[in-house]
Amino acid sequence: MRHLISPLDFNVEETNSLLDLAEKIITDPSAFKNVCNGKKLATLFYEPSTRTRLSFEAAMLNLGGSVLGFSSADSSSAAKGESVADTIRVISSYADICAMRHPKEGAPMVASQYSRIPVINAGDGGHNHPTQTLTDLLTIKQLKGRLTDLKIGLCGDLKFGRTVHSLISSLSRYEGISFVMISPEELKLPDYIKHEVLEEKGIPYKEVTNLEEVMPDLDVLYMTRVQRERFFNEEDYIRLKDIYILDKKKMAHAGKDMLVMHPLPRVNEITTEVDDDPRAVYFKQAEYGVYVRMALILTLLEMEVQ
Amino acid sequence: MLNISGLNNGVVIDHIKAGEALNLYDYLDLDRYPGCIAIIKNAKSSKMGRKDIIKIEGTPEDIDLNMLAVVSESATINIIRGGILEEKKSPVLPEVIKDIFKCKNPRCITSIEQELPHIFTLTDKKTRTYRCRYCEQAFKVN
Repeated sequence: MRHLISPLDFNVEETNSLLDLAEKIITDPSAFKNVCNGKKLATLFYEPSTRTRLSFEAAMLNLGGSVLGFSSADSSSAAKGESVADTIRVISSYADICAMRHPKEGAPMVASQYSRIPVINAGDGGHNHPTQTLTDLLTIKQLKGRLTDLKIGLCGDLKFGRTVHSLISSLSRYEGISFVMISPEELKLPDYIKHEVLEEKGIPYKEVTNLEEVMPDLDVLYMTRVQRERFFNEEDYIRLKDIYILDKKKMAHAGKDMLVMHPLPRVNEITTEVDDDPRAVYFKQAEYGVYVRMALILTLLEMEVQ
Repeated sequence: MLNISGLNNGVVIDHIKAGEALNLYDYLDLDRYPGCIAIIKNAKSSKMGRKDIIKIEGTPEDIDLNMLAVVSESATINIIRGGILEEKKSPVLPEVIKDIFKCKNPRCITSIEQELPHIFTLTDKKTRTYRCRYCEQAFKVN
């Protein structure tokens, strides 16, 4: 039995197979509509999330399965003090697979140690969010046609942004990738990622503070939100939250094929005037999230589709 | 000078930084060892000025002496057999350490679930860096 706890749990071949399956689903979704008949997905969401939870539920419903679960810790036994280990032992009898979001880092990993069903990490604090990474990879592969030879710009909160950390680790396994990190000094990428991932693998990268200057060279610009919940100090959050705002004027600096991606939700870091730009693909990206989660459910349930 | 008789068979943990022997005794969980143990504090040392020493009689097979590399970098291990020094060892950093340190990340699941073991995995020998098994927070040992 496999789980997906970290974005690197699947090696490159396994990741590519999963993305291939997702692309097959995009091409012919009706061929998959009854594959999970009689199967149940439990969504165990200990903190609020609209997109990820509904995306998982849509994925399972698209496959003909059904869903059950809770959407906040208050409406679960966690409010009574039940441990993650005990919860997952019980849920293992109710469902065939589960997706867990938890504010504490490592909670889905603990769950996987006690579970009798595959556990998918749907986000654990500021740590990992592997299905977002798979979504990002599928988006780039679909819209760029490759996951190699790309210059990726990462902009905003690179310190606490888990999607950015996971994307760097995952893309670093492909040939010809280079990164441009665009952030204020206070939100720079942590040293350990630079040392243990980028420098260890000899991946070219540079760190800048000015977004416009680097835009013409980028194949992908990945914007992030400065997240209030990752700060212990409200003052720091207020000072940094509006530091990069992508608008029409800045988009004029970008190449005609550059993709603008964002894990969403967006607050104000991309103005709504950019939404109509064909290079803005963040809503398409959210759509791909459903397909990649469908492929993931099928993979972890070891379902063969003829 | 206080005299403690030599060991015939056993282990001498030498070159412990002065004042650390009792902490080591706890870290190594020597309390559960049924054999004879002597703790010598503030012994004279030409190399260290003062040092602590722990002498353990017998074969403490269940005690993970490599843990010394984590909690006392200067410590050396001398194996005594038949009254003579058979082997000198330097402890090597263990791949996994369990329940010696607590994860300090306030966002880690171990911060709210007290019964979980605190497990760290060695990720960089050169910088003596471990990472929490759950949240991957880095932790450097001295």
